[in-house]
Amino acid sequence: MATAAAGSSSFRRTNPSVTSLGGSPATAAAAGVKRGPNAALYVSSGIPTLDAILGGGFLLGSLVMIVEDAEAPHHLLLLRNFMAQGLIHTQPLLFASSTVDPRAFMGTLPSPLSSPSSSASSSSAQLAKGIGLRIAWQYRKYFGPQKDAPQGNNGDKKEFSCEFDLRKPLDKHLLIGEHIESARVQDYPNLGSLLDHCCAFLSRLQKNDSGIQCAGRIVIQSLCAPQCGFSKLDWDMISFIRSLKAALRASNGVAVLSFPASVLPPSFSVRWKHLADTLLSVSAIQDEDKNLAQLLSGYQDMVGFLKVHKVAQLNTQVPTIPEARTFSLKLQRRRSLVLEPLNQAPVSNGSDGSSDRSSGSCGSSKPSSVDF
Amino acid sequence: MSAAYPSNLLDDALGTAGAADSAAASCPRRRFVLVEDCVETSGAFVLHHFVKRALPSSETREAVIFLALAQNFSHYDRVLRKLGCNLSIHRDKKKLFFLELLKLQFPDGVGWNDNEAGFIDLYGGIQRTVESCRSPERRVATVTILIDDISLLEIAAGGSADHVLDFLHYCVTLTSEMDCSLIVLTHEDVYSHTEGPTLLSHLEYLADTIIRAEPLRTGLSADVHGQLTIVNKTLTTRDHGGSQGKAQNFHFRVKENSVDYFYPGTLA
Repeated sequence: MATAAAGSSSFRRTNPSVTSLGGSPATAAAAGVKRGPNAALYVSSGIPTLDAILGGGFLLGSLVMIVEDAEAPHHLLLLRNFMAQGLIHTQPLLFASSTVDPRAFMGTLPSPLSSPSSSASSSSAQLAKGIGLRIAWQYRKYFGPQKDAPQGNNGDKKEFSCEFDLRKPLDKHLLIGEHIESARVQDYPNLGSLLDHCCAFLSRLQKNDSGIQCAGRIVIQSLCAPQCGFSKLDWDMISFIRSLKAALRASNGVAVLSFPASVLPPSFSVRWKHLADTLLSVSAIQDEDKNLAQLLSGYQDMVGFLKVHKVAQLNTQVPTIPEARTFSLKLQRRRSLVLEPLNQAPVSNGSDGSSDRSSGSCGSSKPSSVDF
Repeated sequence: MSAAYPSNLLDDALGTAGAADSAAASCPRRRFVLVEDCVETSGAFVLHHFVKRALPSSETREAVIFLALAQNFSHYDRVLRKLGCNLSIHRDKKKLFFLELLKLQFPDGVGWNDNEAGFIDLYGGIQRTVESCRSPERRVATVTILIDDISLLEIAAGGSADHVLDFLHYCVTLTSEMDCSLIVLTHEDVYSHTEGPTLLSHLEYLADTIIRAEPLRTGLSADVHGQLTIVNKTLTTRDHGGSQGKAQNFHFRVKENSVDYFYPGTLA
C-alpha cells in the first residue's frame, strides 16, 4: 500500500522514522491499518471524507470522543460506520452501550456500497483532490495515501475505508464471531469492571516489535447517560476515561466514546474534552430554518453538522488544522454519509456570488447556530 | 523576523534570552512557571520548550524531573528528538528522571489516607531525586520539575484538590530550599465554570510567571496556531520601571523542530 501510494504523489516522501521505529514495512499490510507520519497508524472512521479531514483517520492508541446532540441521534451514524468498517476488516470490536439491546443495535450496521456509484465517489474524490492539492503546497505529505484510498481502491472489498449504504444492513455472517463482544453498560456492577473488560480486550492487542497483527475498536455509546446510573460518580467516570486512555496508549486499539455533554456538570464536560485525543461534536439542523437554507447550498441533503474541535497529536507537537471547523453531514443519494465543508449559497445581490469556502471568512451575516 | 534561534520572543518575555546563549545558565530562573491552555489550543509545546532549554546538551549540569501524566515516554521522546534533544540519552545519563504516571491512580481515590499516602510517596520520590542531584559528586546546578498536567493529578486523587494543593506547596518549598524550578501545565477552561476559589486560582497566586495559550479569537488558522500571554509577576515586583504588570502577548505557530513566535501582524 505504501509503495503504491508513493508513486502517485510527487510530494510524498518515505518517512525513515516510520520504518525504523515501527517495524518492517511489510507489517503495514494488516487489514484496515494505514501508516502515517510520526510512526502513526490509522484506522478508518468508516467515512472516507472524515478520514481525509482528520489527516488519515483515527489514530491507533488514541481516544476519540463525540459530543452528542441531545436533540438528534447523529452520533449513532458515526458510531455505526466506525463499527461496520471494523467488522469488514474483521477487527476485534467491543461495543458497550446504554441501549436496551446492543446486539440489536449491531444489526442496524450499514453494509458497504457494493458497486461504488460514480457520482458519490467522484464527489468525494473531488473533495479529496482539493485537499490533496492544497496540502501538497504545505508539504503535508501524509495526505497523499488517503487521497488515493477513495480513488484507487474502489471496488476492492478490503480497502482502507468504504462508503456505506445506510439503508442496507450488514451481512449477518460478519456479525458473528469471537472477535465481537457487546455488552450493556448497565450490566456492569461498576465502572471498574467495565474498565477491566476494556483492558482485557486491549491486552489481546498488545503492541509488539513484530508489528501489528490486528487493530481493535472499542465503542462506548452514551457513557454518562442517566440510565447508566453513574450520574453521581463524576470523578469515577473521568478516572475511568483516563485509565482507558492509558490502556489505549499501550495497545493497538482505538476507542470511540460518545457522550451527552449536557448531562455533565460544565467543568467536568471540559475535563472530558481535555482527555479526548480527537474531539468531534454533532449537532442537528433545525427544521425549516429558512435563513440557513438561503445561506448554504445543498441544504436539502444535510442531516446535521459535525464540528472538529481537536485532532489527535501523537508523537508530534504540531496541531492538525482542518480545512474548516464545521462540516455538514450529508446523505448522498439518501444512503451514504459524506462530510462536506459548508458552501455558501450564491448571494443574489452580492458581487461575489461564487461558492466561497466558508472556512476563509466568517461572515457576520451567519446565524449564530453556525459559528466557526 | 528577528526572532532567531536560540533566543525567541518566549525567551525574551521570560527574561532568559541572554542566558540561552551560554549552555550552563540556560534554565529559566523563575521558581514557579504555570502554563495554562484550553481544549482548542494545547500548551504542551511550551513544556517541550522548557525541557529543551533545561537539557541543552548531553554535558549539561542541569537535571529534569518529569512527571508525565498525559503522555507516554515514546511520545515525548519523539517530539523532543525532532527539537534536537534526545531524552533517551539524558535518561541514561541520569539527567532526566522520567516518571511515567499515565496509570497513576491512588487506591480507590476516595479514602483520605490513601490519597495522602500516595502523594507522600510521590513527593518522597521527587525529594530523594533532588537530593541525589544536589549531592557533591553529582554537582547538578539546577533541577527543573515538570508536571504534565496537574488536572490529571487531580483526577488520580479522585477530585481532592486539597491534596493536590498540599503536594504542590511541598514542591514549591522544594524550589526555594533546593534551588529548583517548577513548571506546571494546567487547563484554564476546566475551572472557568466553577465559582469560588479553585485549584487554578491557588496556582495563579503561587506562580511567578503565568503563560497562557489560547486560540485566536477570530478562529482557526493554519499560519497562526494561537496566542501566548505571559504575565511576569517577579519582574513587576523588582522593576520599578514602566513595565509594571504588563502582560506580553504574541502569536505562535508550532512546527516540528521549532516554534515561531511573532507579534500580531508581523508574520514573515
